[in-house]
Amino acid sequence: MARIVVITSGKGGVGKTTTSAAIATGLALRGHKTAVIDFDVGLRNLDLIMGCERRVVYDFVNVINGDANLKQALIRDKRAENLHILPASQTRDKDALTQDGVERVLNELSEDFEYIICDSPAGIERGALMAAYFADEAIVVTNPEVSSVRDSDRILGILASKTRQVEQGGEPIQGRLLLTRYAAERAARGEMLSIEDVGEILAIDLLGVIPESQAVLNASNAGLPVVLDEESDAGQAYQDAVDRFLGEERPLRFVDVPKKGFFGRLFGS
Amino acid sequence: MGIFDYFRQPRQKSASVAKERLQIIVARERAARGGPDYLPAMQQELLQVIRKYVKVDDDAVQMNVDREGDCEVLELNITLPDDRG
Ligand SMILES: Nc1ncnc2c1ncn2[C@@H]1O[C@H](COP(=O)(O)OP(=O)(O)OP(=O)(O)O)[C@@H](O)[C@H]1O
Ligand SMILES: [Mg+2]
Repeated sequence: MARIVVITSGKGGVGKTTTSAAIATGLALRGHKTAVIDFDVGLRNLDLIMGCERRVVYDFVNVINGDANLKQALIRDKRAENLHILPASQTRDKDALTQDGVERVLNELSEDFEYIICDSPAGIERGALMAAYFADEAIVVTNPEVSSVRDSDRILGILASKTRQVEQGGEPIQGRLLLTRYAAERAARGEMLSIEDVGEILAIDLLGVIPESQAVLNASNAGLPVVLDEESDAGQAYQDAVDRFLGEERPLRFVDVPKKGFFGRLFGS
Repeated sequence: MGIFDYFRQPRQKSASVAKERLQIIVARERAARGGPDYLPAMQQELLQVIRKYVKVDDDAVQMNVDREGDCEVLELNITLPDDRG
């Protein structure tokens, strides 16, 4: 049985796809057989971030509709042998993701994989609800910014009531916070919500903090999940998050303001 | 203070303003969550009724739906101003 993890946020553009690619790749590199699914029907992008866009033949909706089988649609990652990608369909038909269809695909994947990472679309419509419905746990991606925090709280409300586990009388699934695009200096100056602020408002466990980083754009330009950029702050922060996800303890990094050197002190504010 | 002066004021740090606003709105939205759809409209109407008698703020009426076993309990909190009248 696979563990199904939804990467969600409510608000768009906060880093769900970046995170899905990073977490899935990180899990696979640690030896776990992992599948990552793009639920963003009509706006396929995970393939680009993973660098496999030219190898897409069939997609999620093709499998649901029986136009292709799962084996034909899954793309084997070139860098992590334990990793497979199921791309989103580019159809504009938002109803293509039927609950039965999604369940069938997840059940079949569950036979072969340890982890299934679901990259949710933004919003609270069908795609997002389907990505969350079968999940065993959630990673809530949030930026330190008012609308993102509010939307995350909204999504937490949905996670608490609209999952299979709850509908079958079980406990609400656990959601953990991944605070991304964090700028320690701006938070220290009181210009940006701090980790503590967001944590206090959302009141959920913290999985990690990913700094605002040029490395993320570089990685997406190259089609390499940023977690593979081991030199980079964001890459290392994602590595830590993956370790914590697997139950290891890792101190938070890249969350303090770098101490200013001599020139910094001379020219800094 | 005009609305545009906010940006020029030697001000409270913007993050703490953000935090305060978020705490209020998130608490309000959580309270309404899972409740029946008529709740927001009922809240507005109650507010109007109360205003016939006392001057209260927009957020003077807080509603909360709790589940206790098979029962749903609607909890209603009305904050009256200090200087009643
Ligand atoms: N830590 C970061 N530092 C800098 N830029 C980032 C960071 N995380 C994400 N970004 C940038 O933010 C943008 C949105 O990221 P991404 O596509 O992962 O978000 P998303 O939540 O999946 O968006 P959508 O809601 O459209 O699916 C991208 O341009 C990405 O490069
Ligand atoms: Mg995305």
